[in-house]
Amino acid sequence: MVNVMRDSDKQGWRHFIRIEKRLDVPPVAYVLVLLLSLLLVILLCGLVLARMGYHPLEVYKTMLGGAVGTPYNFSETIAEAIPLILCSLGVSVAFRMGIWNIGAEGQFFFGAFTASLAALYLPSGLPRVVMLTVVIVAGFLGGALWGVLAGVLKTLANANEILTTLMLNYVAIGWVDYLVYGPWRDRAENMPYSRLFPSSAMLPVYPGTSIHAALLLGLLAAVVLWVVFKRTTWGYEIKLIGENPQVARTAGINIARNILLVMLVGGGLAGLAGMGEVAGIAGRLSPNISAGYGYTAIIIAWLGRLDPLAIVLVSIFFGGLNNGGYALQMVGLPSSIVTMLQGAILLFVLGGDTLMRYRIRFLGWRRDNR
Amino acid sequence: MNILSLLTAVLHSAVVSATPILFAALGEIYAERSGVMNLGLEGLMLVGAATGFLVTYRTHDLVLGVLMAMAVAAFLGLVFSLIVITLKANQVVTGLVMTIFGTGLSSFIGRTVVAQSAPVVFNAIPIPFLVKIPLLGPILFNQDLLVYLLYVLVPVSWLIIYRTRIGLELRSVGENPAAADALGLNVFAFRYLSVCLGSALAGLAGAYLSLAYAPTWLENMTNGRGWIAIVLVIFATWNPLKAALGALLFGCFDVLGFRLQAMGLHISPYFLGMLPYLITIIVLVMISVTSLRAKNPMPKALTIPYDREER
Repeated sequence: MVNVMRDSDKQGWRHFIRIEKRLDVPPVAYVLVLLLSLLLVILLCGLVLARMGYHPLEVYKTMLGGAVGTPYNFSETIAEAIPLILCSLGVSVAFRMGIWNIGAEGQFFFGAFTASLAALYLPSGLPRVVMLTVVIVAGFLGGALWGVLAGVLKTLANANEILTTLMLNYVAIGWVDYLVYGPWRDRAENMPYSRLFPSSAMLPVYPGTSIHAALLLGLLAAVVLWVVFKRTTWGYEIKLIGENPQVARTAGINIARNILLVMLVGGGLAGLAGMGEVAGIAGRLSPNISAGYGYTAIIIAWLGRLDPLAIVLVSIFFGGLNNGGYALQMVGLPSSIVTMLQGAILLFVLGGDTLMRYRIRFLGWRRDNR
Repeated sequence: MNILSLLTAVLHSAVVSATPILFAALGEIYAERSGVMNLGLEGLMLVGAATGFLVTYRTHDLVLGVLMAMAVAAFLGLVFSLIVITLKANQVVTGLVMTIFGTGLSSFIGRTVVAQSAPVVFNAIPIPFLVKIPLLGPILFNQDLLVYLLYVLVPVSWLIIYRTRIGLELRSVGENPAAADALGLNVFAFRYLSVCLGSALAGLAGAYLSLAYAPTWLENMTNGRGWIAIVLVIFATWNPLKAALGALLFGCFDVLGFRLQAMGLHISPYFLGMLPYLITIIVLVMISVTSLRAKNPMPKALTIPYDREER
């Protein structure tokens, strides 16, 4: 128990307020911190908007309408959540182990590239089941390759994965740019787009919406990861390495192998997200398939406290925020506030986490006579 | 003579290209020497670039633009400090979020001036006499004011860190905060000031991009330079002089590709665009391999929050 009473110590007042460290934080406190952060961010951002001459309520109403205003808008929110779910699950695997995989954006793009490679260059007459299976597997493998690349540099050369994964993001995006502005460019288009995929390479879509089959992959991945984290030896190993690598090494856990594995799985999931955007939405490869999903994923994974099921919920919420942003754009309001909101929520939660570890007890006024 | 003028032109642009990265890297050196890793650099640079451009666009005052860029970035640095130093949150996550937040904030700030051209820019001011030095003169002394500021800032930073009492204290805070605290140093003050100074320099780096290098405001115009600056700090083993050398080297690579293309060598501009990142990865791998064997020069307390209760 810690007694922090600096100012009042000097005046001789003791035991008025006692700030103690908690031994365990009740789970409800996490939700409370999240909601409180959300409220503070909405208030703070509203104040800023008001100062800038916008009408905060109008901005928030437009956002809410864009996210859940109509059943169709809500379906768009779910569709927007698909890449977020997959990317956030992807980065959370490595985060659990204390590996900072910031490369979901690059893995997303490389997965989109390999999926497009399969969709564009396989004979379009292939049966749909075969075609789709290859496209999906290709997307996973592309992202996995990009993730493992950083993992190899980490295990062989001890190169900081934050920096390598980040640099690889720019390389993957540059590679896709090269393709769609160069050899893959559809000459019939004014925009840097590849040719359209054959219909056999397109993911099934829920009629009347943009919700495509990658949603099922995302939900499946969430459930599988939940079981892996909670119920398997591998999940336990990852947790142990994340908490204390020294102990894990002493216990005989192969850390290098695990680094490669988490980068493979994490990269693969982000690759699936890229695959979903090209084969489920765009139908072709283009440079604007990502709205920064790989970076937003970092915020989501952390807000979901690396729990797969919580990540799905936060992803849907963030999908709504993104769509709210698009709605703002439509009516000429500043859509960039969405990125700020998303970042600010986590900043508040990160700060709140520390405060949560303390408990304030009011013990009444008492003069200390010691 | 032709080769010589080409070399001069390449090196002149290399200095310009190195400048924003070096400003940011110098700032990060101060922060990391005090034991705080600020991964918000990329976001702070963007905010600096947008703020500097907007203020200069409205007021036609370059100095005011740069000062405002530094002030806003320093304020964000203060927020970052509060979260990671006082509230002891994870520095990696917080820094990443600062970058994402800064990216959003910069597009919010710059939303009305996208792709406008700056009304006034930092022009090259040749320094009399010095510019006449063969070879070096036209390269080093025909630059703009902010580059000259860097010529002062680099050696001064080196002197501060390695040759003054305050520098010694700064390093001790980054190496062993508990011991520094026991000696009566205010660990928190050192960290707060270093991070805010570092952030202000990142803001300055951004303003250089939008007021001298580009000179315009475009979303995400830093293009990973903040991250390259962080690699540069590791490359330079937290030493300002080596950082200057590394930045210049990077600047040469950055310029060389486009020069080769101009000379008729056919390389896709998209591959040339990837080059800086690939080179950064290669450099990072090389320094990581060598530092596996040698003594690691990284400040010992880097990324570890200091908690007086756990002394």
